[in-house]
Amino acid sequence: MSSTLKLSQLAIGRRAVVRGFPGQGPAVLRLREMGVLPGTAITLVRTAPLGDPLEIQVRGYSLTLRKSEAEHVLVDPVEES
Amino acid sequence: MTESGSIPPNPVRTPVYALVGNPNSGKSTLFNALTGLKQKVGNYPGVTVEKKVGTTFSQHGRPITVIDLPGTYSLAARSPDEGVVRDVLLGRRADTAQPDRLVCIVDATNLERNLYLVHQLLDLGRPAILVLNMMDLTAASGLNLRVARLEHELGIPVIPCEAVNGRGILELRLAMSRADLPLSRHRWDIPPAIAPAVAELQASLIENDRKQPLIARAEALLLLTDQDPVRVAGSTPLSEPTAAMLEGWKRRWQGEGVDWSGVLVNSRYEAIGRLCAEVVQRAARAGPAISDRIDAVVVHPVWGWLVLGAIMTALFLSIFTLAEYPMDAIDAGFAAAGGWVKHAMAPGDLRDLLTDGAIAGVGGVVTFLPQILILFFFIGLLESTGYMARAAFIMDRLMSRVGLNGKSFIPLLSSYACAIPGIMATRTIEDPKDRLTTILVAPLMSCSARLPVYLLMIAALLPGDRVPVGTKVGLMLLMYALGTGGAFGFAWLFKKSLLKGAPPLMIMELPPYRLPRMKDVLLQMLERASLFLRKAGTVILGISIVLWFLTTYPKPSGPATPEQQVAHSFAGTAGHVLEPVIKPLGFDWRIGIGLVSSFAAREVFVSSMAVIFSADNYEGGKHGDITPIRQSLAAARWPDGARLFTPLVCLTLMIYYVFAMQCVSTVAVVKRETNSWRWPLFQIAYMTGTAWLVCLVVYQAGRALGF
Repeated sequence: MSSTLKLSQLAIGRRAVVRGFPGQGPAVLRLREMGVLPGTAITLVRTAPLGDPLEIQVRGYSLTLRKSEAEHVLVDPVEES
Repeated sequence: MTESGSIPPNPVRTPVYALVGNPNSGKSTLFNALTGLKQKVGNYPGVTVEKKVGTTFSQHGRPITVIDLPGTYSLAARSPDEGVVRDVLLGRRADTAQPDRLVCIVDATNLERNLYLVHQLLDLGRPAILVLNMMDLTAASGLNLRVARLEHELGIPVIPCEAVNGRGILELRLAMSRADLPLSRHRWDIPPAIAPAVAELQASLIENDRKQPLIARAEALLLLTDQDPVRVAGSTPLSEPTAAMLEGWKRRWQGEGVDWSGVLVNSRYEAIGRLCAEVVQRAARAGPAISDRIDAVVVHPVWGWLVLGAIMTALFLSIFTLAEYPMDAIDAGFAAAGGWVKHAMAPGDLRDLLTDGAIAGVGGVVTFLPQILILFFFIGLLESTGYMARAAFIMDRLMSRVGLNGKSFIPLLSSYACAIPGIMATRTIEDPKDRLTTILVAPLMSCSARLPVYLLMIAALLPGDRVPVGTKVGLMLLMYALGTGGAFGFAWLFKKSLLKGAPPLMIMELPPYRLPRMKDVLLQMLERASLFLRKAGTVILGISIVLWFLTTYPKPSGPATPEQQVAHSFAGTAGHVLEPVIKPLGFDWRIGIGLVSSFAAREVFVSSMAVIFSADNYEGGKHGDITPIRQSLAAARWPDGARLFTPLVCLTLMIYYVFAMQCVSTVAVVKRETNSWRWPLFQIAYMTGTAWLVCLVVYQAGRALGF
C-alpha cells in the first residue's frame, strides 16, 4: 500500500484512485461535478508543455486542471504490477 | 360590447422544446439538423449570452419551437452562460417562457459524465427525450450500449443518433411529435443527510416563490450545489424566506461538518454508476484512441509549439493574403457607390452627407469584413475540431502569469488582425472578470488597421527611397511588441485591482478531435458576422455621420480648398483646441484633426493627412502610393519654420496609435458585449490616456536627448 499524495505530486503516466478532498470550494465542486469523486480511478496523462496545467484521464475522457487545483485532490497511487 | 371584451380565438399552442447538453456533445449540429436555417439568433436581454431559437416540424407538419441553450456540464452555474441555462429551465426568466419539454443530448462515447446533467434535468419534472449522439464512434471506443435497457430504466424515449450525417433525426422528430411524451421513471433517493433540508426548501419555494411542486424540488436540490449563485440580469431572485432558510441550513451544516454539495453530487454519480453498469458494456480497446495519438504530438513539449506556430501562421497568412481581394473589391464597390451618388444627385450638403458621411464611413468598416469573416471561420474551425481547448491548455501557464487563463489566448491573438472577432470570441471565457479583462486589453494588440498608419509614419520617418528593410521591420516589430506588452501589462494591472477575483479555474474538458462540419462552421461564421453588422452597424453609421459633420461644418464663406475647408470646420477648431494638449507630444493642430477624424477608424488618419496637408496626387485606397503624402509631410512646418514631422514626432505618432483607442467599431462591439457604455468609455479613457502619457515621455525624453 503506497501512501496518499496530492494529485499535483503524482508522476506522469501513473494511475491512482481519488481518496478525497481536504477542503471545499468552487474548484472541488466543479471537479466533483465533472466526475472526479472519492473512489474514482484516474490517470495522469501528461502536463502542458510548460509543466502546468495537468491532463488527467477520468471516466473515459480527458480533463485539464491546474497544479494549484490538483493540490485539493488526495489520491492513492495504484501499484503497477 | 366593445372589441376588448371579446375573447380571442385560442391559438393552437406550439410546443416549446429546450435542447440541453454538455459542451462538445454535438448540440449545435443537432440543432442545425432539426431547424435548418429556420433559426433566430439574438441575445438574452441584459446578458451577452447567445439566444438561439428555431422551428422544426412535427410529422404532421405542425411547428415545434426549439430553444438551443448554451452547452453546460451542470445546472449549478458558474458563468453567465450556465446561469441562463439554469434560469430558462427553471422558468426564472421573464423574457423566455419555461420550456414544456426537453431534448437532452449526450455524447454516447462519454455517457457517465454526460448523464450527470441529464440526471439534474430529469428532476425538473418535464417530459424528456434522450438523444445518444455520436453512436457511430462508440464501437471505436470499445463501447456497446444497450439502448433498450437505458430506455427501460429511464422510462423516456432514448434515440441513437449521428447528428453529423442526419441519422436518427427522423426518429427524434417523431418522438418530439408525440403528444403523450412520458415523464422519467427514474427514481433516486435524496441522501438522508440533506433530505429534510430539501423538503423544507421545496415547501418554501412552493409557498413563497410560487413554484410548481415538481420544479420546486429540482430547484431546492440545485440551491444546494449553487455555491456562489451567479446572478444573471433578467432573472427573478429568490424570495427572502427561502434565501434565509437556505442560509440557515448551510450554517448548520458547516457547524456539523456536513459536506452537503459533495453528498449530493456523490449520490447522483452513484445512481448514474448503477445505471451505466446495466447499460454500458466495455470491450478492450485495440490501442490508444486516435485523439490520444494526435495529442502526443499536438501538446508535446517541442512539437506542440511548432503546431501552434504553424496554425497561427496559416491563420495570419490567410487573413493578409486571402482577405486582400475581397477587401479591394469592397473598397472599389463603395467608391463606385459614392461616385454614382455624386453623379446622380445635385451638389449639396445632402449629397455630401450620403457620400462622405454614410457611404465612406460604413465602407471603411465593411472593408474589414473579409478579415473578420476569415477570423470567425478560423475560430469556428478551431472550436469544432477541438484544437481551441489544446491551445488554451498549452498557453495557460503563460496567461496565468498575468492572472488570466488559457482561454484568453485565442481572443487576444485574433486581435492582431482585428479586435472585433477577438472581442466576440471572448464569449468562451467562463469567468466574467477574465472575460472583461480580455475585452479591455484586446484592442491594444496591434490590428491590421494600424498598418497603414505605421507604414506612412515609417516612410516619413526614414526619408529617402532606399531605407534598409531591417530598420523598417525593426520599427514595425517594436510597435507590435509595445502593444503586446501593454496588453499583458494592463491585464495584470486590471486583475490585480479593478477586476480582482478568485483565480479562474482551468478545469476544462479536452474534447476528442473531430472532423469539423463545414456547414456548421460556415453557418456560425455568418451568424456572428451578421450579429456584428446589425448591432454595431447603427453605432458605426451614427458616429461616421457625426464625424463627417464635424469635418464639414461650419463651412467657410466663399470658395475654399479642401484643406481650408477642414481648417474652418469643427474638427479644425477641435484641432486648435487640442493643440495645447498635444503640443507637448510634438503634434500641431493639423495632426490634431487627424487624431479626431481617425477616431472612426485608424486608417482614416492616412487620408486625413492627405487632405489636410494637401497632398495633390494622392489617390487614396489601399494601393494609393503614399509618396505624395510623404513629400507633403516632409514639407510641413510649424509657424516658426521648424520641421513638423521630425523623426521623433513620427515615432511618437506611431506610439500614439499603438495605445490610443481609435476605432468606432470596437467601441460599438465592446458596448454590446459588456451591455453598458461604462466599459467602452473606460476603455477609451485608459487607452488614450496611456497613449498620451507614453507619447509625452518619449517625445520629451527624445527632445532632451537632442533628437
